[in-house]
Amino acid sequence: MRFRYSDVTPETLYLSRRQLMAGAVALAAVGGEAGREAVAAPPPAGAPLKATPNPAYRVQDAPTRLEAASTYNNFYEFGVNKEDPARLGHTLRPRPWHVQVDGLCNRPKTFDIEEVLKVAPLEERIYGLRCVEAWSMVIPWIGYPLAALLKLVDPRPAARYVEFTTLKDPEQFPGQKPGLFGGSLDWPYTEGLRLDEALHPLTLLTVGMYGQVLPNQNGAPVRVVIPWKYGFKSAKSIVRIRLTDAEPRTAWNKAAPQEYGFFSNVNPSVDHPRWSQATERRIGEFRRRATLMFNGYADQVASLYTGMDLKKNY
Amino acid sequence: MTTRGRVALKVVVWAVVLAPLAALLYGFATDTLTVNPIEYVTRELGEATIRLLLATLALTPLRLLSGWSWPITLRRLLGLFAFFYAVLHFSVWIVLDHFFDWRTMGDDVLKRPWITVGVTALILLIPLAATSTTGMIKRLGGRAWRRLHRLVYVAAVLGCLHYIWLAKKVLIQPWVYAAVLAVLLGIRTWDLGRRLSQRWTMVGSRG
Repeated sequence: MRFRYSDVTPETLYLSRRQLMAGAVALAAVGGEAGREAVAAPPPAGAPLKATPNPAYRVQDAPTRLEAASTYNNFYEFGVNKEDPARLGHTLRPRPWHVQVDGLCNRPKTFDIEEVLKVAPLEERIYGLRCVEAWSMVIPWIGYPLAALLKLVDPRPAARYVEFTTLKDPEQFPGQKPGLFGGSLDWPYTEGLRLDEALHPLTLLTVGMYGQVLPNQNGAPVRVVIPWKYGFKSAKSIVRIRLTDAEPRTAWNKAAPQEYGFFSNVNPSVDHPRWSQATERRIGEFRRRATLMFNGYADQVASLYTGMDLKKNY
Repeated sequence: MTTRGRVALKVVVWAVVLAPLAALLYGFATDTLTVNPIEYVTRELGEATIRLLLATLALTPLRLLSGWSWPITLRRLLGLFAFFYAVLHFSVWIVLDHFFDWRTMGDDVLKRPWITVGVTALILLIPLAATSTTGMIKRLGGRAWRRLHRLVYVAAVLGCLHYIWLAKKVLIQPWVYAAVLAVLLGIRTWDLGRRLSQRWTMVGSRG
């Protein structure tokens, strides 16, 4: 018998958790700081989101607990610490929301988020997530291939890359406010893929996880998930997708070019300058495990990089 | 300071230096060490080490600026606790993080400068901890002992470097520690300069 997140977290528990949240919110109203801390801890009880499991995209490992996947996040828009996104996620307003898809295409269009949800049938895929910091999770995402959305705008032959832009709004993303010593990253956060990577069936335009609408701290209302690349490549809270002929500048590459390349494919044999990428710690496990080439998706994506020196194109 | 005052001071200091360890044990008991406990514990123990190292180095400047003599009575205690946390920090890295994977750890020490300087700092602290007893001070003689214990400055600089190097560049914390260290060493340098010039004047007036 296989362990599934739906087995361990029945609906009734979600409901009771929601009540707990409500209680915590009430407490926060009177209790001040301590109460607010209490709100930060419980996992999000998001609206349920229906999706058909796609058995073709399903890693064999047990999914990470939702509690972990929604409280241990790198999302610098909320702050540089991993607990910041869960603590401050409520400042983001995922509705109303628009995604502008433009650049080198014949039918540029600005999609309302409700339209984005209906471009293709929602499917559930269980992907490995490998963070560049050498930890990993297994997450059941909900979405559809990004290719379905890109097809609607009809990319021109000149288009060779796709650039993703995350919302820039310091009111909703407190981490974007300049700090005492300047900002953490150059906002807005941008990421990019080669067009063939963006059109690859594994590249998922994602609107939910764990049977729910995407929690704010995980990149609501819409993000991409590219499971064979380090996590930071998977841009969150996307407001713009632009087709272009030039390799887009990416936020982390601008911040530390020698540490974060454009490709950033998971690769155990190419170390980060400050640590080894040969192993990873799966959240919830004690011993490190070996990191797999392309995060275990080599048979599906290795052909994208035939003839390329992946040590140079890190 | 009265005997009673000294006892009260020691009690407070012991409580403060044990607080980080107590917080971690409490976190372990209540399962609140984040979802990546090994990383969290490593980081907390590292923070405790550098804070105590800086606290140890703050005692002499405190005496110089205030004229009080009691800060010096805490130096050995704080220094040994800095060493204690450094050893815990290192042990967690070996046992929990890498589970005795010596080859990987050896690679890290050689290839990653921030680990190299961290390990070096710890090694430098070993002779200091070993010679911290009153018996050892006597055996070495005050002068040699003092000279040996100047290694703590090197260890502190390397410790700060270790933190700056490993942390994400957007974090301010490591730079704050480095700034504090710079101020503490600055006060010592100022004092040294003052004493040298006094000696010079004395020599001058004698001539």
